[in-house]
Amino acid sequence: MLKGTFCAVLELIRAAGHRMNNALQTLGFATRFFFQILLYSGQSFRRFHLTIREIYFCGFQSLLIIVVSGLFIGMVLGMQGYETLQRYGSSEALGVLVALSLTRELGPVVSALLFASRAGSSITAEIGLMKATEQLTAMDMMAVNPIARVVAPRFWGGVISMPLLAALFSAVGVFGGYLIGVVLIGVDEGAFWSQMQGGVDFRFDIWNGIVKSFVFGTAVSVIAVFEGYDAVPTAEGVSGSIKRTVVYSALAILALDLVLTSFMFRGV
Amino acid sequence: MSRKLLDLWVGFFVAVGFAAVLFLALRVGNLSSANFAETYQLTAKFDNIGGLKVRGPVKSAGVVVGRVVDIRFDPQSYEALVVMMIDSRYQFPKDTFASILTAGLLGEQYIGLDAGGDEKMLKPGDVFAKTQSAVVLEKLISQFMFNKASETPENK
Amino acid sequence: MPADCLVKITDVNFAYDDRSILKGINMEIPRGKLVAIMGNSGCGKTTLLRLIGGQLKPTSGELLVDGQSVPRMTHDELYAMRRRMGMLFQFGALFTDISVYDNVAYLMREHTDLPEELIRDMVLMKLNAVGLRGAHHLMPAELSGGMARRVALARAIALDPMLIMYDEPFAGLDPISMGVIGQLIRKLNDALGATTLLVTHDVQEALLIVDYVYFVSDGQIVAQGTPDEIRASSDPFVHQFVFGEADGPVHFHYPAVPFEQELMREVAGA
Repeated sequence: MLKGTFCAVLELIRAAGHRMNNALQTLGFATRFFFQILLYSGQSFRRFHLTIREIYFCGFQSLLIIVVSGLFIGMVLGMQGYETLQRYGSSEALGVLVALSLTRELGPVVSALLFASRAGSSITAEIGLMKATEQLTAMDMMAVNPIARVVAPRFWGGVISMPLLAALFSAVGVFGGYLIGVVLIGVDEGAFWSQMQGGVDFRFDIWNGIVKSFVFGTAVSVIAVFEGYDAVPTAEGVSGSIKRTVVYSALAILALDLVLTSFMFRGV
Repeated sequence: MSRKLLDLWVGFFVAVGFAAVLFLALRVGNLSSANFAETYQLTAKFDNIGGLKVRGPVKSAGVVVGRVVDIRFDPQSYEALVVMMIDSRYQFPKDTFASILTAGLLGEQYIGLDAGGDEKMLKPGDVFAKTQSAVVLEKLISQFMFNKASETPENK
Repeated sequence: MPADCLVKITDVNFAYDDRSILKGINMEIPRGKLVAIMGNSGCGKTTLLRLIGGQLKPTSGELLVDGQSVPRMTHDELYAMRRRMGMLFQFGALFTDISVYDNVAYLMREHTDLPEELIRDMVLMKLNAVGLRGAHHLMPAELSGGMARRVALARAIALDPMLIMYDEPFAGLDPISMGVIGQLIRKLNDALGATTLLVTHDVQEALLIVDYVYFVSDGQIVAQGTPDEIRASSDPFVHQFVFGEADGPVHFHYPAVPFEQELMREVAGA
């Protein structure tokens, strides 16, 4: 019986080691893939219409969800913020609260999560399906580099769209906070904006938010393109890849947020 | 989707995105009260800086004229050394008072400059001659109680 | 290097992980000829095409295309070589997001600097050769299987390649479409002066149009010859293949324990 449990434990270790091995291999492949994308990015910019098409599909078509979500979150921030601040007689700081929460954290993070689930998954699906129907192989056989032609433009489309979407999210969110705070509840409009302008520093808060969204955009785009390219060329394979894109993107965003926040807002 | 239409919508998207960034920068942040102007450095020594932080404002007559860029501890004199960058447009006399004040009752702390009457101005790299440290609440209370204690016997 | 041999495969072995897929393959494809590679599913035919196209590297052996060794080529040389090859994939593999016209024009736009008017003429010419000039505005999703295959054919010959490879071009087509594609393959080969490699298991169609046949089974070449030689062959594998017999060198039953033994085991065991 002891031998049985011993074997079972060994089996577990072997399985865990195997999975770790697989994970490391995938990570290594993904890193090489990332550098290949950068290497073959020349075409994405020389034939910029390829990238423009991708910016349309990831960025423009995500506008609706970003704007609506931003508005709602801004409004909720306004409500919750007011409820807490007015207890300490500081309801005029509502503007600062809403603006800082959005530009520093919620703007980059939430819009990146939304981007991953909307645009990231569609990028993975597109590339995965092209792989499953042998279109990528056909391209390779026709001496057209699929990474340069299909993968890189989608990557750059995501990287360019993300900061713009995050800025839009924050801006609309601030407006939402204004709607609730000033228009609905009655916080003083002048105090709202002036305290906000006094409390939000461009270089520190807004620029850091932009840098964050740029980093998130890169992470989500790489994960989305990689999962599509690496998909098993069957229906289940593609759907598994899409699931992985959304999950890994979300984890990456939150982990990177932790790292970046600790760098940027140290000791404040 | 024709290429022209695609370009149109993407251009629209990018324009809207940039407008959002601009909005955030100008209306939400304080970019317009720019920190990009020419500045020169001045230093001040304090016994206690209280809650003053790097990036805190330097104001004179309530108007922001500069920023705190560095706060150091001087191990020789056991004083705090505050380095600030002042907007080059503004010159201050050599006997200007630099004090650490609080904005509002519970607000953040800043350096207030009280201009003196000296004809000679502070040059880049100079040190403020006169400073007033931050008010520490405990010292204030103990001072008050000491005053109260020394008062009572006299008023008998 | 004999100039009449476009593709020369010598002693090529290919193994994937531990499984050996091709063993000791020797082939010579003369210029201008239409050669078929036949065998049952999973015997390594598609792998051969991938080796010739440079997508896979043989574990040993030499593979020469037009005198150059494909496995030893650099990435740029490989791409230059591939521009002179055309390949038709099993299900067409058309680019689904662009129209038929754009699919055929794709290579011309990618690899040449020709003006759009010239490209238009060439695209219409190629589509006319396959009989689909009138369908040039359609999207791939709107085409039937046979039509999609023909468009893929037009795309494969877009730049007048010297070597055209077909991977199962007859799979899943109705008899009329099969006849059409077969005729097209032959005519295009002769008209373009190209060399054609045809991988298929459709014996009857293939034997009508090809000049030479290689039979592959279990990763090895088991028979070869002209269509007449094949039809007259007494080799049991060829015979089973050509006449579609259920059992022969390629067994009907998947390897298993004898039936009675298995039944008895179920009764006796628990």
